Amino acid sequence: MKGRFNWPLWSGLLLSVVAFLSYYGFFSQFPVTRDVPWVPFLLFLIAAALLVAGWRRAPRKTLASIVAVLELVVIGVFVFLVTVFSRDLPRSGRAPAVGQQAHAFALPDTQNRTVALSDLRQGSNGVLLIFYRGYW
Amino acid sequence: MRSIQEKLPEFERLGVKPVAISVDAPAVSAELARKAGYTFPILSDRDAAVIRRYDLLHKGAGEGGGDVSRPAEFLLDRNGVVRWRNLAEDYRVRARVEEMLAEARKLSGAR
Repeated sequence: MKGRFNWPLWSGLLLSVVAFLSYYGFFSQFPVTRDVPWVPFLLFLIAAALLVAGWRRAPRKTLASIVAVLELVVIGVFVFLVTVFSRDLPRSGRAPAVGQQAHAFALPDTQNRTVALSDLRQGSNGVLLIFYRGYW
Repeated sequence: MRSIQEKLPEFERLGVKPVAISVDAPAVSAELARKAGYTFPILSDRDAAVIRRYDLLHKGAGEGGGDVSRPAEFLLDRNGVVRWRNLAEDYRVRARVEEMLAEARKLSGAR
């Protein structure tokens, strides 16, 4: 490759990757930046602007096109993950509704001691059950 | 769950016990509790029997295609009756702890 290093093109791609990873690695931990992923979208916007600038200054468009496609794939996958994918949940039509009795259970805790719902209810005003996907 | 831990003294004051449930093995949950500093009970539903019973099974959504629970929260009163629940429509968007605390306050009659 002759000519100057096309920094807008490459920094645009790098920024889009950083934006993607920063959401799952950091911003998804806080409700303010998780529920609406505005930080990565803002960064994607800047990345797209850099991409356009880089594309314009590229003498040969082949490499610039490949970089552009890569960046659009990164952005596209992110949009898919935070819209379609994360909303693909079961219907849970038979989950206990408000006013219904919650199903009894007894499960092992982190020390393998069995804890029953009835134990938790003992001497308390209520129990907050938090079902979660697991620790990956 | 981080926010639950932060507000744990408040839940305790209200007499409401948070308890987390997933398909993870006790050792995995123990590691999570240790790393994140969670002191409320974390229970293991290895074969997802309870998760199935609550109709929360998300088939093949876990690591390596295993079944996991969809995120969901239920606030039960002292008789085990559901007084509030949240079934996330988007697993990224979970109920805010403030909302759960407000419901817990209603339950305990505190303000």
